[in-house]
Order: sequence, then structure tokens, then C-alpha cells
Amino acid sequence: MSLIAHLARMEAVEAGRAQPLATVRHRHLSARPLVLVPLTTAGEAGAPLGALVGTDPAEPRLLVVPQPRDREQRFAFLAELAEVVLPYVEGYADDVEPVERKDPATGEKVLVDLCADAPQLIVPSRAGIAYVRLLGRSMRFRRTAEQDPDTPYPAPPRVPLLGRWLTHYGERARVPGSSLLLAATDLLNRHWATGQSSLEDQHLGALLAWIDAPDGPGAASGAEAAHRAELGRDERGQLLCPPAGPATDPAFDNQLLAPAIEAYDRARLGVGAAEDGAAAELALGALHRAEGEVRRLVASQLKPTWDASWRALALLRELPEGARVADRWTRDRWSFTAHRDRITAGEPPQPRRDDAVTAAAKLAAREQAQGQLDAQEALDDPLVLAGRRLAGEAFTGEVTEVVMAWTESKRPAPRPLVTVRTGDRPHLGGGVKAYRSLDGRPQAAEFVALEEDGSVVLRLLDKMGRAKEPAPGTVPEKGDRIAWTLFEHDQRSGPKLPDPEETPWTHGGPPRHPEGELPDAVTPEDLL
Amino acid sequence: MSTSLDDGRSRPAQTTDPVPTPASRRRTRERLAELRGPAVPPRPLDARALAALAANPGCRRRALLDGAGVDKAALAAKLGSPAPFGQSQFAIVRGNSFEARVKADGGRELLRLLGVEEPGAVAVPDLSAAGPEGRTARTALALREATAAGGWTLLDHPLLTLEVAGSPVHLEPDAVVVDPAGRWTVVEIKSFPMLDGSADAAKVGAAARQAAVYVLALERVAAVTAGAEVAHTVLLVCPKDFSNLPTASAVDVRRQRAVTRRQLARLTRIDEIADALPEGLSFDVGGCSAAELSAAVEAVPHAYAPECLAACEMGFHCRSRAREAEAVQTLGRSVRGELGGLTTVGAVLAAARGEAGDPEDPAVAALRRARALRQEALGEAAACR
Repeated sequence: MSLIAHLARMEAVEAGRAQPLATVRHRHLSARPLVLVPLTTAGEAGAPLGALVGTDPAEPRLLVVPQPRDREQRFAFLAELAEVVLPYVEGYADDVEPVERKDPATGEKVLVDLCADAPQLIVPSRAGIAYVRLLGRSMRFRRTAEQDPDTPYPAPPRVPLLGRWLTHYGERARVPGSSLLLAATDLLNRHWATGQSSLEDQHLGALLAWIDAPDGPGAASGAEAAHRAELGRDERGQLLCPPAGPATDPAFDNQLLAPAIEAYDRARLGVGAAEDGAAAELALGALHRAEGEVRRLVASQLKPTWDASWRALALLRELPEGARVADRWTRDRWSFTAHRDRITAGEPPQPRRDDAVTAAAKLAAREQAQGQLDAQEALDDPLVLAGRRLAGEAFTGEVTEVVMAWTESKRPAPRPLVTVRTGDRPHLGGGVKAYRSLDGRPQAAEFVALEEDGSVVLRLLDKMGRAKEPAPGTVPEKGDRIAWTLFEHDQRSGPKLPDPEETPWTHGGPPRHPEGELPDAVTPEDLL
Repeated sequence: MSTSLDDGRSRPAQTTDPVPTPASRRRTRERLAELRGPAVPPRPLDARALAALAANPGCRRRALLDGAGVDKAALAAKLGSPAPFGQSQFAIVRGNSFEARVKADGGRELLRLLGVEEPGAVAVPDLSAAGPEGRTARTALALREATAAGGWTLLDHPLLTLEVAGSPVHLEPDAVVVDPAGRWTVVEIKSFPMLDGSADAAKVGAAARQAAVYVLALERVAAVTAGAEVAHTVLLVCPKDFSNLPTASAVDVRRQRAVTRRQLARLTRIDEIADALPEGLSFDVGGCSAAELSAAVEAVPHAYAPECLAACEMGFHCRSRAREAEAVQTLGRSVRGELGGLTTVGAVLAAARGEAGDPEDPAVAALRRARALRQEALGEAAACR
């Protein structure tokens, strides 16, 4: 983290509330995001305990697994989750716009479909993103009875498809600057600095306490409110602000949840043991009550996080969207469209491990996205640019003189010399190029000299038209204040990687299994 | 900076220290028992204490409390900042049943995970004995016998000792396997899943650090056992994917072993810390009032960093003290590095505003520039709205 960000944290300590780290919103927020707050059972890998999910803050859908060790109930949970998530995702699949693209095979321009918008998934914390990936992994290789009639424990029909979508979203979340799957804590941390460390910032409740601290005299400071959110417990020893999950608080598990699940198990045994109709009715009533109790408990842990996630989104919506955010969202739409097409084409689920070619391509794409994100954020936001200026990677200054000059070729092209007065200390030297944004497009200049008073002389290199005289508006005028960056605005991608078929065997890794991926091994008892 | 180097607080133990004699050791033990409270049994160093050791080797408070075997969780609770650690009974039940499953069938399942399909007879000696000293001695005897016997032996929950900062601590690995060649392998059984052959890196790292400490403790026994050798790869056993089937992976812990060894050697000697304390100080949670305990804890300096919150029971207590002192480390360890001699939030902000500090100091100059740029950008953004 930069010194400017450290300074912001210290200002937050002094002020008792979070301080801005950005002046615009650097992530796309959908008009109708799907918020998912999952909870998992401690110690079990793929045993969800419950979730709140939905697109309306006032009407979350509550899903609960009363006995997480029961495979049937887990499947029922996943099926129900698919019922909520898949219609939401598929609702974006059909609304397309035609976009011109170069066909990679022929090089000719063709019209392809691009989804006009894409579904956006919001989870409370980074652990939630990891859990989305885990859920995706646990589902995508399952077989349904329709796919394979002999499969020992068939999954409900739409569960493998949900697994593929969650896997895609989890994978996309690793691309810097993407917004298909976002964590509320990451969103808040990008835009505000709190008076605590980045480790403590992973706690959604504490983070919101700093950012959303109440105004006015006598109000608790962010630090106090955050402390209460982290550690405050009621008279029964339960956290006032339950963790944002997916892990639950051990005190909740031990004191409340475990007895409730035990009571539920007993009630289920009671139903099985009932001998006549009247007894069965009584037992069913008891079962219903026991299930209701587990649901009530799980909901009590989920609801505060649900509200906090929506509160975080509301805070972020107050910031205006950065100018280049839409550009990155377009890439997310391409990503969504491409996965939609893969599913429609009947391709198999994503493999357990990427092969060498895919992995190399993914890494290259992420590296490029990171460079692009860094550049775009600095261009969109003076506060981010300030950090780059402090680091000597950019400078802002006033134009004090413009001298026209031309190349010495047969057809002279304009190469005006621009003198900029700046208080910044950019790392300039021979051959270093500086860029400025001209109507959203980068204009390059090369460093010529440093004047005695610290002014910088630059020679403009492009974007001035083909004529001898530069096109109007393309050369800065005396008195203009301009931000120059020493980094490029568009990240150039490296040479394109060859297709898998063209990749030499030395670089392609072992060949794929011809039958695709096999489902996970299952045992009759999958609990310990 | 030169003053802080010379005040001797941050100086690691020198090799010129007098070699501890049995008498001085006894004196240290007595002193530590006094600090802990004579009636209180020492708390063994558990995995969390080992993690804290790795996370913050320079903390004297943690070193003394761990070395004296003080129950830090009880202490923190009495001081009003209870540690939020705890284990869900669901996780405990699952962990125990997984361990039982791995060790089932007289250790054959475990040897299969080691890659041994036909081990012949597997000896599983009984290691129970009275008291930790008795169990340690029993373990050493069983290890010697197993090495001499030249067959496969599984030691279930052996007890080892390791000297940490001058006092012995007891360690209990999940299992140790002795092979016919006399090589001892530490087995660490964890209930987090190994998904598609890879597990959570942070959890594997913690398990490797823990296992490295066991390797170090085993090496002490191996040094006095003929024909014995301790393997520097440990066997990590985890559930496979989403099932209850065990799968295993050999983890090379040479690096963790070297790091832990260095940290253990560098630990400020507990006897030095204890000697520097005023007489009559006590960490007896049952026998002292909260005010007395608070004063006793304050007498030992801490080295709080945010990482402590996840590793040490005293983390939240030390954090509140560090925050009262406005220490910049409360914002993260990396923050301190860029600020030169400025150690409090107040001093940093005053320097940034130009109210204090030497403008020639590069850290102060950078802060002033940072503040000016930040103000300019915020003003610009406000003007745009």
C-alpha cells in the first residue's frame, strides 16, 4: 500500500471514521444484483448450512439445511439455490446486441451477439467468493439421473448447471477489475480507508462501522463501533454482529445450533417410530417445530449480514461511476456471453485443473487486466492519480509555452514542443514517454529536457492529424492544466498464444482425458 | 534509530550467554512456576501457540506467558478482552472421527497412505503413562525399541518435549511412523479437504509449521537413539475432495524446520525476561484481581501487530493498549517501514501537516508531499461535484 493510503488510514484514526480512498466508484454495480449470503457447517467441506439469496433487500429467500450431514437435504438445498440463481442468470442470456468482431480464423469482420447486460453476484466477504468457487466445484461434476441412470446418488436436475455457472463466476472474480462476482468487503476497502489494518478490514461489520459511523456529537467513534461489531456479545455469549460467513461463530454452533439440530434429529426419529396416525401427526408437528427452530437460528445469523451487504451497496451507489468502468463491464459481458455460448453448445463442465495452454492464457489475461485496471483507475480518479504522482509515475502541471516544430522528412508532420510547469517529481529521462488523455484516447509525448526552474519540456508525437498543421484541439494551449502519466493507458497484450492444436507438445502438457472429467467418487456414507 | 538499537530491548540473545547449568535451569523453572501461580499446572504449547511463535517471535509478552505455561485465554478473559477463538463442536467431532478412520485397522490405512501396501505386522505400542514426564519417557523408549526392531511401528499420539526459550514444552503429534530402516516420519492429520490434490495454502502452511516443531522435538530423541533418522518430509493426511476418504501428501518441511529452529534460538531467553520483572509479580488468573493482572501484563512489553489477532489469545488486549498509545503498527506491519522514526499516529499527522518534524527528514518530506497531493485531489473532486 502506498504512503497516501497509510496517511488516509491515520486520518481515519484521528477522525474516528473512514476516509475516502477514491472519488469515483471503480467497480460496476448492476441495477439488480443478486446478493448471496451463504453459511457453511464448521469442519465439513461441502456441507452448506443455509443461505439468504435474492435481488430485493426486503425479500430475501431463506434456504436452510436442518441436518447438514444428510446428503438428501444438501441436494434439496442446492436444488432450491439453483431455482433462485439460474432464472436470474438466464434472464440475462437472451437480451443481446449485435457487435462487430474480427473472426480470428479468417480475419474478416463478422457480427456476433453480445449480451446487453450481465447478471452480477454479490457476496459479503472474500471468504464468500472462495465458497462460491467451492460450491461450484462440488456441483459441476455431479451427474443427474437423466445424464446417467446408473449413478448411485443422482443430483437434482439443475444442480450441475448451477455448479458450472458458479465456477465461471468464481474464476472470473480472479480477473482484476472484473465485476461479475464481488465481495462487499472488497468493494468497501477499495473506496474507503479505515483506522484499522487491512486484516481487520475483512470483517464486514467492523468495516461498515468505520464507514457508516453516525454523525453528531456524542456518537460512538468508528473505532468503538468496530470494536463492538467484532467482539460485542449479548448476555448469552452470542456475538451481536454475527460473522459474515460462510463460517459461523463457534459459540453459536455449540450453544444454540448443536442442540437445535439434535432436537431435529430426535424429532425425525420420532416420526419414524410413530405407530399410529395420531402419534405420527404429533411427531410430524414436533418435527415441524424443530425444523422451524433451526431455520430461525440460521436466519438470525444470516439477516445482519444480508442487511450489511445491501447497506454496503447503497453506500457505493452514492459515488459516481468512474468513466472507464463501463469499458471493463463490457469485458465482463463478453465473459458472460462466452460462457452462455459454451453451455448452449453442450460443452463439458470446466475441468478440475486447467491444462497448460488454458492456464497460460488465463495468467496473461489477468496480468493484462491488472495493468489496465491500474491505468484506468488513475485516469478516472484524481485521488488514485495522486498516489501515482507521489510515486513519480505521473505528473500534473500547467502548460507555460507551446512552440511549433515539425519533423524534417519530406512531408513535415507536427511535433510541437510543450513546456509544463509542475511541482511533481516524475522519473523522467532520455527516451521516456509521457501520455495524456485526449478525449479519452491517449496522446503520446516524449521527454526532451528539464528546465532549470523544474519545468518539463515534452515533444508531442501523435493524434494531431495528417496535415502539416495539427488538427484543432489536439495541441495543448498555454494555461491548460494537464495530467501526464508515464505509464501507457492501454495495456498492450503480448504476442497471441497459439491455439491448443498449434501448441508444441513440449508446452501443451499431458493430453486431455478423452471422456472428459469423471464425477467424484462417492461412498454410501459421505459423513465422518 | 541508534538509540533503539542500543537500549538492548531488541537485541537477540547472544551466543556469549553463560551456558545454562542444571541449577540455573531449576531456578528458572521455579521462577516461572511462581509467575504462573504455584498451584496452577502449566499449559502445554498447542498449535496456536506455535503459530503465534512463528507470527511474532520478537514479542516478550507472548514468550514469557507461553514459556511459563500461563493460560492466556483465561488471562485475556479476566482482563476484559476475551479471545474470540473457539472450536465448533461440529468441527471437533468431524476431526476426531476422521483421525480415528485414518488410524483404523491397526495403522494399515495410514501406511497405505505412506505408499506401503504390504507392511507385514504393524506394531502399535501402548504409550500411556502417568504425567507428561512419564509419557515423554515412554515415547522415547518406544521409539528406541521400534528403531531396533526393524519393522513398521505406528506411535499414536506420542508425547515429545522441546526446549523453548529455556523451558521445556510438551508437544503431541497426531502420529509418528517408524519404518524398518529406522526413519521416523511425523504424520499430521487435518480435517480440511484436499480438493483436486491441493488444499488451502494458509492451512497447509500452518500444518507444516506445526509439523516442523515436531520434527525438531523428534530430532532431540533421535540424537540419542542409535540408527535413528528423522524424515524432513511429513505426511499430511486430509479428506479427499468432498468425501470422507483419506488422502495424503508428503510435505517437505525443511524450510519451516530451519525457520523455526532459528526463531527458537533467537528467542529472547525467558529467564532474562523473568529476571527483569519486579519481585512479587504474578499471572495467577485464579489468585489475582484483574487490576493486579493488568499491571503484571503491562510490566512485560508486547510487540503487537494485526497478525496477532489470529494467532494469540492476548491479541485484542494488546491491540487496545497499542491503540491507546496510537502506535502506527496497529494499522499494519508494513506501515511502520515508510515512516522512519515516527511511531505514533499523532506524530505522523503532525509531521504531515507541517506542525512538527524535520523537513530535511525524507520520511517527513514524503508525508508532506503525500498530504498535499491528497488534499489537492480531494479538493479537485469536491469542486467537480
